[in-house]
Amino acid sequence: MAVGHAEGPGQNLLLTRLEDVISWARSNSLWPLTFGTSCCAIEMMMASGASHHDLARFGAEVTRPSPRQADLLIVAGTIVKRMAQPLRTLYEQMPEPRYVIATGACVISGGPFIYHSYSSLRGVDDVIPVDVYVPGCPPRPEGLFYGILTLQRMIRERAGLKHPEERRAPVTAALPEGITKQEIQAEMLELFEAQGRRNVHEEYRRTVSDPGAKGAYPGRGERG
Amino acid sequence: MTPKTLTLQDLLRTDFAPGGGTQEYFVNMGPQHPATHGVLRLLLKLDGETLRQVIPVLGYIHRGIEKICEHQTYRQIVHLSDRLDYLSALANNWCVTRVVERAAGIETNERIETIRTLMAELERLQSHTLWWGVFGMDLGAFTPFLHGFRDREELTQIFEDTIGARLTMNYIQPGGLLHDLHKDFAPRVRAWLKDFGTKVDEYDRMLSGNLIAQKRLVDIGALSGDEALGLGATGPVLRASGVPWDLRRVRPYGVYDQLDFVVPVGEKGDCWDRYWVRIEEMRQSLALCETLIENIPEGKTMLVKPAAKIRLPEGTFYEELETPRGIFGVHLHSRGKDMPWRFHFRSPNLHNLWCITKIAPGARVADIVAMLAGLDLIVPDMDR
Repeated sequence: MAVGHAEGPGQNLLLTRLEDVISWARSNSLWPLTFGTSCCAIEMMMASGASHHDLARFGAEVTRPSPRQADLLIVAGTIVKRMAQPLRTLYEQMPEPRYVIATGACVISGGPFIYHSYSSLRGVDDVIPVDVYVPGCPPRPEGLFYGILTLQRMIRERAGLKHPEERRAPVTAALPEGITKQEIQAEMLELFEAQGRRNVHEEYRRTVSDPGAKGAYPGRGERG
Repeated sequence: MTPKTLTLQDLLRTDFAPGGGTQEYFVNMGPQHPATHGVLRLLLKLDGETLRQVIPVLGYIHRGIEKICEHQTYRQIVHLSDRLDYLSALANNWCVTRVVERAAGIETNERIETIRTLMAELERLQSHTLWWGVFGMDLGAFTPFLHGFRDREELTQIFEDTIGARLTMNYIQPGGLLHDLHKDFAPRVRAWLKDFGTKVDEYDRMLSGNLIAQKRLVDIGALSGDEALGLGATGPVLRASGVPWDLRRVRPYGVYDQLDFVVPVGEKGDCWDRYWVRIEEMRQSLALCETLIENIPEGKTMLVKPAAKIRLPEGTFYEELETPRGIFGVHLHSRGKDMPWRFHFRSPNLHNLWCITKIAPGARVADIVAMLAGLDLIVPDMDR
């Protein structure tokens, strides 16, 4: 991927090399934002603060309480609809280039709260763009490390001075090659149907787009 | 007409609060704030540096767990209770299990109850080590954080051996336990307990005697016993105010009735008493674990078929127990199906939170961080 930098008018060899150096430096000095909403935050603290795992080995331990000083947002814990707007604000307050790691099942797809929850988001990428997904409930510290190493590799290969906001498709860390988020979501939908469960989130979306449709939200349905 | 331009001198001379006195203003603390341990939002009404009023605003992590429970079987509900107060996951599992077992009439044996009690006490230690570390960090000392998390990590690995999870345990199930103990469990726990006995004293030497810590804790946020009872506070917060109410002693469950331990009680109910009660609780739990690990009887660890469907009779059931943060209760309304009709959690943190509205007014704005750390709040447990 790094070959593409020297192409196009106005780009010379020196600038290309400089971009590589900057990307290298940027990838090794990530400053994460102290942001955790629930369980995953504890495992993130175990990974970043505690001496056993020690995130400092990978150059990403300087957690900042202010988004204006951070360039990595680790979304740790469920994001509910009420938190979606503050999260978007936090993301927009961060200076560019900024990166997002989504840790845990809740922020990837909804996780344990995917069935019948009227308030949790089914995946944080409805609100902010995500670079790396780290699965687990919560992910082990080693899983988070793999996610951060994946992000560092992405930064070194891709992000440069010219296009800080441009991204390629998100990757899922610590999963076998070739499994995409779309496949996971399709499997979840199959589960919905196989177990005869109602997809409340989908019903809500449908109600918003067509209020007169059948199966109006938030109907309680026949539960006995 | 040209608009009037205010200079800095004009601004300084302006009387913002006619009639004398100072002007009160609001400051938002949260939902993203490192000292609120999550997404708690507090509206602070300030007069200069003095707090006039604190208004907690909830709902930033309301996931609708009680509603989801209405659609889950009783076995599935246990794993949702992990995600409420994730630092006392085993105690939450146990409470759900107790209410289901009582309603279904499942009797357990001595081995299951002993292991449950031991696990709950180990979890109390695990939770309090994390609290101690974060407490120090909130006061501005980073070293306690490293020490607390170092001891917690070892215990986390011990749990992982047996349970297979580091944080969200899902271990105590209706009818028994998910797995039997790992073969290394007893020797590892013994070694850890021996090691941790010296660590509590080290904690004490490191932070308790620190003059800055004392200045920031003693006589800050005092709460009387009556006020604490009126607000529904439980756990160390209530005991620090001088009320010796501990369900392990008052209404024993598990094998607590066979155990000998002291319920530490504070005097004034200030931040220092809350700190001290928890440090003493660590010592008591340590002694309890040392007794329990030597006295695990033989027997089966699962008494019902794991795949069996549990149907509860019609009726309303309530059970409660003492988690590291206070009384956790489960209110269950059944209509005879394999899923509950209504499920309600009585979470200790929601009630402990309202103490802040009582103890904060009149204090300095910097003290609110010490008060929050002393209350030891877990936000997903409040919002559910």
